[in-house]
Amino acid sequence: MKANRLKMAVFKLGSCSGCVLQLLNVGLPSLLKFINIAYFPLLKSKNVIGAYDVGLVEGSVSTKEHVMAIKKIRERSKLLIALGSCACFGGLQASEKDCRRSKPDYRISVTHPIDPCGIDEYVPVDFYLKGCPFEGEELITLLHALSKGAKPYFRERSVCFECKLQEIPCLMEREKAPCLGSITLGGCGAICPLMGKPCEGCRGPSSDVNLSSTMESFSDFGIPPEEFFYKLRKYAGKAFGSAKLEG
Amino acid sequence: MRGKSKAKAIDRIEGEALLNIYYNERGDPSKATIEVSEAPRFFEKLIIGRKVQEVPDLVSRICGICYSAHQIASIRALEKALGLEVTEQTETLRKLLAYGGMIQSHALHFFFLAVPDFFGNESIFDLTKEDTRWIQWGYKIKSVGDLLTELIGGRAIHPITPTIGGFKRRPKENKLKKILKELYEAREVIKKCVDVLGDFELPKFLKKFRFVTLTSDSEYPVNRGLVTSGLDIKFPEDEYLNHIKEKEVPHSTSKRAYLNDGSTFIVGPLARLNMNFDKLNPVAKEFSETLKFMSRCDNLFSSHLARVIEMSHFLEESIKTIEELKIRDENLLNYEIKPSIGCALVEAPRGLLFHRYEIDKNGRIKKADIITPTVCNLSSAEEVVLEYVQSIENSSDDTVRNICERLIRCYDFCLSCSVHVENIYTKHK
Repeated sequence: MKANRLKMAVFKLGSCSGCVLQLLNVGLPSLLKFINIAYFPLLKSKNVIGAYDVGLVEGSVSTKEHVMAIKKIRERSKLLIALGSCACFGGLQASEKDCRRSKPDYRISVTHPIDPCGIDEYVPVDFYLKGCPFEGEELITLLHALSKGAKPYFRERSVCFECKLQEIPCLMEREKAPCLGSITLGGCGAICPLMGKPCEGCRGPSSDVNLSSTMESFSDFGIPPEEFFYKLRKYAGKAFGSAKLEG
Repeated sequence: MRGKSKAKAIDRIEGEALLNIYYNERGDPSKATIEVSEAPRFFEKLIIGRKVQEVPDLVSRICGICYSAHQIASIRALEKALGLEVTEQTETLRKLLAYGGMIQSHALHFFFLAVPDFFGNESIFDLTKEDTRWIQWGYKIKSVGDLLTELIGGRAIHPITPTIGGFKRRPKENKLKKILKELYEAREVIKKCVDVLGDFELPKFLKKFRFVTLTSDSEYPVNRGLVTSGLDIKFPEDEYLNHIKEKEVPHSTSKRAYLNDGSTFIVGPLARLNMNFDKLNPVAKEFSETLKFMSRCDNLFSSHLARVIEMSHFLEESIKTIEELKIRDENLLNYEIKPSIGCALVEAPRGLLFHRYEIDKNGRIKKADIITPTVCNLSSAEEVVLEYVQSIENSSDDTVRNICERLIRCYDFCLSCSVHVENIYTKHK
């Protein structure tokens, strides 16, 4: 059993470390039965640089240095997993188009920022674990499957669907709250609506998205189109494909 | 040897940084820098133009470890701007949220990042072969902190319910009482941990640090208090910016903070515990005696003990609070939007966290300023590393580098939090 453990590496690009922490929270020790941590600078010294079975990446590509790093990570990892909304879509830091606003009054030598984006802008990604933060159970399902050479199956249903299953009163109907649940990929158990907060689309689009009608409902609630498009970009970057509607 | 020694990546800290030591003509160390290359995410710019009620969720994403502190600081700053006074129940629940954050963050740092140093190991997972206790203890304490955060905030990482004027959902009283059992178990774990640590000899690095923390007449402060700097200077949070100065440095995407006179200072558990020692819970105070931690303690390595003592303190305070807690039904407070300015200082796990916002007439953010504890501590850490390498014979040695890393680890840096440069100019070819 131990000989076949997956050699795993955990990398961090531009992000908050919350997803790496989530990885710890889901019970890393129980995963050690079928994974072997080769590279994880947050938790260990003397990290092995080499080939890995699974590379987990948290964070968005946010600097020129990240572009080089993600290419090397891809070369070294048989399977590449994007961990959380930043790695999948670019995350919050990709929500505004230009916030670098370069001013020639300060020069920094250690890093060269670019417009943040998800890692698949630069390299192919094998699996996406979406959400801010991602769902721990999905990672366990995925790693279990991979260690047995199987392909995991995740149901593609919307947050709205999961909300209805739990019979949570609809925030859109009751409070006229702008909720993106109907067009957002589920898997989170509709945690935000459950807590009284409308869905913010952090897991990106579900398989069946009707943007124009959602935009219409939002404008009925007094949310203008530009605000609607901001909400789509807020966590999911370009994933909702709103660029066409935006013109 | 003259010039710069090979930069060494610092492991087991949150974020990406290199340690550099520079040497003068005589070959003596003349400068130490911590090169933070963590990507800046421009949060202070990102939130400009956003509605006030969105801000707590946005700034939570600054940090995946001390999200609760960022949420509480931003909410309190915005409430001050809007002239809102929240209910006593909201204050109590926010305190519990902060306690949960402290417990989980300290457990992460102490058990997962610092303990391997005590045994000369690479990681806590190597430790498990010899001594599985530490990892079990670590997980127990950390999960209790997470559970508390989840119950109050709706989710363990990036809580959902805290908002301006109160909580979107209040926790169920019976659910809160149920986690008392877990808290009692965690209390026993800390006791065992203290018993083992009591026989432990920690290394020493002594320095007359300038401590800057919140203090309060009534309690061990977390979410509000008077800023106290050194022995004699006290001032309200609104004057914070008059007392410290932030500086940008070319070798780092995080700024550095200094006191007005240019001297360095430290924030965080060592400072907090020293300045609020008499407000400790009696159980935690007893532990501090077992651990021979007495105020005032100037050993930087005792920061680790301070974290253990604080974990005990916040566990005991959580138990006390929940045992007495009665949850009343109450609505979120309404507020009127007006152009205004508000700021707040809270004690995040790593020390003082400052948020300041300017709001326009439409209730959108006009300007934001956030000063994180890591920014305060970085300048002190560079000074400490330099003092250390200057005090020894051969500083290019690997073991010396390891000790430098251990010194840096005492501060429990959170670099994701700290990267707040606002303007970046990159040379165009």
